[in-house]
Amino acid sequence: MALEAAAPSGVAGRAKTTRVVASHVSVPKRVAEIWRSRQLLINMVSTEIRVKYKNSVLGLVWSLLAPAMALLVYAIVFGVALKNGYPEFVILLFSGLLAWNLFQTSVLTATGAIVNNAGLVKKVSFPREILALASVGSASVFFFFQACVMVIFLVVLHWRPAFGELWLIPVALVPLLVFCSAMAIFLAAVNVYLRDTQHLIEVVVGSAWFWACPIVYSFAHIVEPKLSAHHILGIPLLWLYFLNPMVPIVLTFERVLYAKTGLVPLTTTHVPTQLLPTWGSMTYVEMDAIVLGVSLLLLYGAMVVFGRLAGNFAEEL
Amino acid sequence: MGNIAVEIQDVSKRFRLYHQKYTSLKERVIHAGRTPYTELWALRDIGFEVEEGQTVGILGRNGSGKSTLLKCVCGVLQPTEGQVVVRGKLAGLLELGAGFQPDLTGRQNIYLNGSLLGLAKSDIDKVFDEVVAFAELDQFIDNQVKFYSSGMYVRLGFAVAVNVDPDVLVIDEVLAVGDERFQRKCLDRVKEFQTEGRTIIFVSHSPDQVRAICDQAVVLSDGRMVGHGTPGEAVRIFREHLLEAGDILALGHGDDEAGQAEEAGPITVTTTDSSHPIRITEVTVEHPGTGERPYLITDEPLTVSLQYSAASVMTASFVVEIRDDQSKVLLRTVSGDLGAPLEIPAGTGTVSFQWATFPFLDGVYDVSAGVEHQAGAQLYDWKESAAKLEVMNPTKNVGLLNLPVGVTLVPDR
Repeated sequence: MALEAAAPSGVAGRAKTTRVVASHVSVPKRVAEIWRSRQLLINMVSTEIRVKYKNSVLGLVWSLLAPAMALLVYAIVFGVALKNGYPEFVILLFSGLLAWNLFQTSVLTATGAIVNNAGLVKKVSFPREILALASVGSASVFFFFQACVMVIFLVVLHWRPAFGELWLIPVALVPLLVFCSAMAIFLAAVNVYLRDTQHLIEVVVGSAWFWACPIVYSFAHIVEPKLSAHHILGIPLLWLYFLNPMVPIVLTFERVLYAKTGLVPLTTTHVPTQLLPTWGSMTYVEMDAIVLGVSLLLLYGAMVVFGRLAGNFAEEL
Repeated sequence: MGNIAVEIQDVSKRFRLYHQKYTSLKERVIHAGRTPYTELWALRDIGFEVEEGQTVGILGRNGSGKSTLLKCVCGVLQPTEGQVVVRGKLAGLLELGAGFQPDLTGRQNIYLNGSLLGLAKSDIDKVFDEVVAFAELDQFIDNQVKFYSSGMYVRLGFAVAVNVDPDVLVIDEVLAVGDERFQRKCLDRVKEFQTEGRTIIFVSHSPDQVRAICDQAVVLSDGRMVGHGTPGEAVRIFREHLLEAGDILALGHGDDEAGQAEEAGPITVTTTDSSHPIRITEVTVEHPGTGERPYLITDEPLTVSLQYSAASVMTASFVVEIRDDQSKVLLRTVSGDLGAPLEIPAGTGTVSFQWATFPFLDGVYDVSAGVEHQAGAQLYDWKESAAKLEVMNPTKNVGLLNLPVGVTLVPDR
């Protein structure tokens, strides 16, 4: 008895949260769980980044070298060999790639996130969505590094982005992150049951989806004139092009960073050409708002699917 | 007291055992809708409550559903039916060091693991030194965990888990790690948790541990709850189920391997010879609970009676031998030595051996009886394993005998 009196008695009286383990837990409750585990999310992101380049001499530089290499190849192919004639094409390319890489990296790593952490999923209880979100998180960190490289490019090439429209970047970044999270959560869950998903996503995202975005070609110069004339089943092809949520986001990035909204003489033929659309900034805001709305719906749907599938993760792995 | 910390409400868990696993798209399409599987109910309608501050042991054989139940409590698995309600922060020790990242240092892993268990960074900062001290890893804390020995690994895992300040601690047979000193340290820590009023759910193979630590215990068998009560009662039920299953387990003596019980060549006597001058016809065991329960409670009186039939007047002594499940003789007593008459008249009769208190702690004992020539030179009859004697131990003492003991504490001035 004496022992009990001496021991700290704070345990019995303190406030406690109630947790229910059952076959179905509603989406709002799971969102609350995720919010409570935000420290875990932060730690997982930092772990992922630390582990990825542990024991490598160049470390984080590798994460910059890969996109830099891709950038270099595209710049040589389209700037020198095929000569599209866009002035400082590298800037246009890099602004699109910036947004694209965030999407591609998070989706590709998230798809395998649950499967690759089977040991953890089978032994420790935590909101499993965290694993998918951690992939988006680490992709965001790499996005930040690439953005720094972008700044260096702008300075070195004496390129002047649209400083007045800089606020459009977060306006595009928020729907992008929501869209990435929705895709990440959905694909991570599906891949547990259907391992083909991983390969399918590598193929689709890596090639088809990439070329469906105005990154290595200009929207106003190529897409708009070519697609607006055509129809499929009475629907203008240009509308179908905009079904891709990445298009408005990539365009917003290009608008701010490449910033040439007027006619630009090509370096090859010196013909004044429209490379970026002439829209006002509100048009971008409206487009991004639509993407945000759609992405939020997708995210909710992904959470529902994830919740259905999550119950059996520990058994399936 | 009185608050319920963990409620397990009619929990059932079904596993599907697929004979062939189809995970690729092609296979899924080909075998759409007809993947062969058998259903296995790992848990069936388990329901009990754990009060705040209580320690509950879960006993059961391998495959009885203990770990599945713990996983449902922790939330790693979701029950197919029913639900588990947990009030307060739960730390699960299903496997020590489960969340460790081999490439990170011990320090970084403490933070990662702490957040897996639901701690904020500031909370981990507070307990960090304690964790390192408990794990005894001061010199190695900045080494990568992949270079740790397995002992260091589990020590770190346990140290993090017990220092996260949980309301409910769930332990799955992980106390058997590390050397004896560390095990003791872990047990001390568990006891400390008890005095602090924390709730513990504890799975063990060792009934001794359950008895020593728990306030109540649950027995699982084939996914069903077959017993729920005091540790003594639960251990008895557990042992009964082991016997039914035909397992020979040395209970109450640590985790001896099954089948290790050596066959100490039983004494065989030719009893077919009808010309036996004296025979034992029946051996009965009696205690206050006879007829109500199949077992004796430690320190209850016991009577072992032998019915005999003698062909002629003769001189003989009766023998009772009590052996444990490894055929080791614990007690052998001879009626002649106890002062019973040696002269046996012709006809039938009863010899009773009476113990005012029977001090054995729990176990299932074999009672063998015989009759021999008074000098022990000749064995007339021998009934090997004539009766079973099951003893339930209601105390927290562990071992063989419950010898009367008192305790005083006088501090030196």
